[in-house]
Amino acid sequence: MARAATTADVFNAVAEPRRRELVDALARGERPVTELARELKLAQPQVSKHLKVLREVGLVDVREAGRRRLYRLDAHALKPIHDWVAGYERLWNERFEALDAVLDELKTEGGDAS
Amino acid sequence: MTTTGTATVTLPSDTQILIVREFDAPREHVFRAWTEPELVRRWWHANRGEIVSIEIDLRVGGSWRYVMVTPGGLDVAFHGEYREVVPGERLVSTEIYEGMPDAAALTTVTFQERDGRTTATLLVEHERKEHRDAHIASGMEDGLQDALDLLERIARSL
Repeated sequence: MARAATTADVFNAVAEPRRRELVDALARGERPVTELARELKLAQPQVSKHLKVLREVGLVDVREAGRRRLYRLDAHALKPIHDWVAGYERLWNERFEALDAVLDELKTEGGDAS
Repeated sequence: MTTTGTATVTLPSDTQILIVREFDAPREHVFRAWTEPELVRRWWHANRGEIVSIEIDLRVGGSWRYVMVTPGGLDVAFHGEYREVVPGERLVSTEIYEGMPDAAALTTVTFQERDGRTTATLLVEHERKEHRDAHIASGMEDGLQDALDLLERIARSL
């Protein structure tokens, strides 16, 4: 079975370390591509290529401001990733709540255990 | 009964999972609950099935194996080998999900006590990002079956 194109979803889009750095940079506010290239110490065409991938999955928006194009983050697109890790976090929370009960019991029997 | 906080799960790198949780108990107790089969049996299920077997041979080179059966009748088994055992402080072991035996992880658990409370820190390290991702997917709320289907799909695509 063929694998999905690397740009198909937000998971793949942020799997690339440079694109995660771009997301981090945009989380601090909207910016033009020139500024992003300087911050990440990358060539502008490379940054543009990564921004294109992030735009395709809805993680980045662009707007015209006079003669500049400003890129900004739309963090809603990260929700599938958040939900994905949240499920794993819930598993551990339920596990640890059961562990709390075991620990309470060890505490209660502490006086006569040893 | 004290509410002692919630676990935080973060992904420090492409191949790691870090889980941190504080417990209202001294670290000797947390360590016992973590390593004595009869105690592990009571919490490791995470309300997702019934534990049928917990085997722990707590020494360097010793093995462990946990088996749970889900309400759908599916066996979920993990096993591994202890690499480091420092009672009350630190455990390092390998961890293999038997449904995906090529994806071995190395798990380091440390216990730190402060004012009678203990912070457990679990670092799970996989060799490949795909394996790490499959591991996380196994905790999906939609149920283990979905997760296992996903694991299988991921495993097949590797």
